[in-house]
Amino acid sequence: MQADSLAIDNSAVYSGVKAVSEVKNIKKFRIYDFFFKKTIGLFAILFVILLLGIFITLLLRSIPSIQAFGLSYYTTTTWNPVENQFGSLPFLTGTIVTSFIALIITIPFSLSISLFLGEYFRKGFFSNFLRNAVELMGGIPSVIYGFWGLFFLVPIMRSFEEKMGMPPLGIGIFTTSLLLFIMIIPYSASLGREVITMVPQNLKEGALALGATKFELIKSVIVPYARSGIFAGILLALGRALGETMAVTMVIGNKNALPTSLFGPANTMASVIANEFTEAVGDVYLSSLVQIALLLFVVTTVISIIGKQIINRFGKV
Amino acid sequence: MKSNIKIRKFKNALFKTLIFTFAILSCVPLVLILYNIVQEGISSLNINFLLNLPKPVGETGGGISNALVGTLILIIISSVISIPLGVGIGVYLNENTKSKLSYYVRLSADILMGTPSVVIGMIGYLWVVKQLNTFSALSGGIALSIMMLPVIISSTEETLKLLPYSLKESSFALGIPYYATVLKVVLPAGLNGIITGVMLGVARIAGETAPLLFTAFGSPFMNFNILKPVSSLPQQVFIYATSPYKEWHALAWGAAFVLIAFVLTLNILAKTLSRRWKVQF
Repeated sequence: MQADSLAIDNSAVYSGVKAVSEVKNIKKFRIYDFFFKKTIGLFAILFVILLLGIFITLLLRSIPSIQAFGLSYYTTTTWNPVENQFGSLPFLTGTIVTSFIALIITIPFSLSISLFLGEYFRKGFFSNFLRNAVELMGGIPSVIYGFWGLFFLVPIMRSFEEKMGMPPLGIGIFTTSLLLFIMIIPYSASLGREVITMVPQNLKEGALALGATKFELIKSVIVPYARSGIFAGILLALGRALGETMAVTMVIGNKNALPTSLFGPANTMASVIANEFTEAVGDVYLSSLVQIALLLFVVTTVISIIGKQIINRFGKV
Repeated sequence: MKSNIKIRKFKNALFKTLIFTFAILSCVPLVLILYNIVQEGISSLNINFLLNLPKPVGETGGGISNALVGTLILIIISSVISIPLGVGIGVYLNENTKSKLSYYVRLSADILMGTPSVVIGMIGYLWVVKQLNTFSALSGGIALSIMMLPVIISSTEETLKLLPYSLKESSFALGIPYYATVLKVVLPAGLNGIITGVMLGVARIAGETAPLLFTAFGSPFMNFNILKPVSSLPQQVFIYATSPYKEWHALAWGAAFVLIAFVLTLNILAKTLSRRWKVQF
């Protein structure tokens, strides 16, 4: 390995020497250096401006709808493009209900994966298998989840609803939550695993030396120590669930009214945008949809920032 | 006392069983998804499926060639935009680790990583489609490049962070200017990591549908003009899957199979390569 690393070092430096022989003028170097530094600095500034630009664009485009409806936009339930009357409460409800149900089902699963990978099996075949499986789940496109949900979950739900004596729709809030729960497992699980592996060895050894069983070790040392990190993982998963579009659009049923049943159709903030944005004619209609996007953007931004703060603080401990 | 230990041991075993069960259960959806798609997808997969254009309902032998070309065009456009920018910003972050701007850049990358893709699609519509007055591959590519940027930025920074300072020092000691040190010493040394980052970025955008609904829009025809609407693989899956026709559902399985094979291969390749190529100094 020593020889190897030396070889890499040398070859890299050789290419540098070649670079010198290519350009011999020192003054030229200075100018190039100046421009190079300014260029990458400019890229960095542009990137921050890009994000601000997204926010400002969404804000400016929301103004017509903000002016027209004010706060009633968030409290009324009529979504009527024909009469230009827009209230987003049905979609807010749809998003919140589906995301939270998904989140509650996810927690035991992602926590189990985190503990399995971070404490029970850190290495070996099982650990590799599970870790890769979870990573792959994170890589599957959301349209594939939606498609699979439509042709696999929906029929199952339909026969279940039939047995329970409900209208056998198959699609709806609960089906969406099930699909979302599967989709967000990887996000909370991977962060959870990371923080659980970061629990200091001496704390764990202390607990074991006092005679704690593995369960007691996890309950009284690992989980309390990694609590904030696990919470951050769940928060990031929530962010994913709130903004998930394609899979939700395909299985939620797309009904623009306040949901009345857990098994009935509804619409979420993201799915209503996906369904109606290209057909939206008229300033107020378009602007009402942009305002939903603005709300989504602000909420996910806040979630990202809080999550990041928690992770940063955890890294410093 | 003895029974106490028994209870504790029992709790311990119970907890372990629970953890194992839940962990194994959470792999079930993945297995089911892959199994269903491979099983149903293989049967509709043949050379005509890959080479034909979509056909109207009722005609057999529709394909996804327009979607394959469209996805390729979109990937090229977004790569051309986001790779130079992303690598440049990654270099900036590595060179100015603690500057205020770096802090905001990292924060922006995190926020962008968590921004719902449908919002990015709307931005692509408002920024590009509205100005050009037409849906286009270009606007789709721009929307996707916004999604790809944070992946490339963070993977570039992570890679460059691992390079030893001595590498840069020896380059400086030989009188090599700063820009050449970065471009010809630092970046080549971290090239492997950057390439895997690009692969992960491509894998992320190749499956995105939501940003394309209002930008690339989709088209049943073969199109190479980047100023016209194009279809894409994920969007074709969406169109076929949500249609009420049985024959189109078969096409959806096939398209889903191609899409998932492409995305997962990229993911797996990137991860294997990054393990093998891990910078060793």
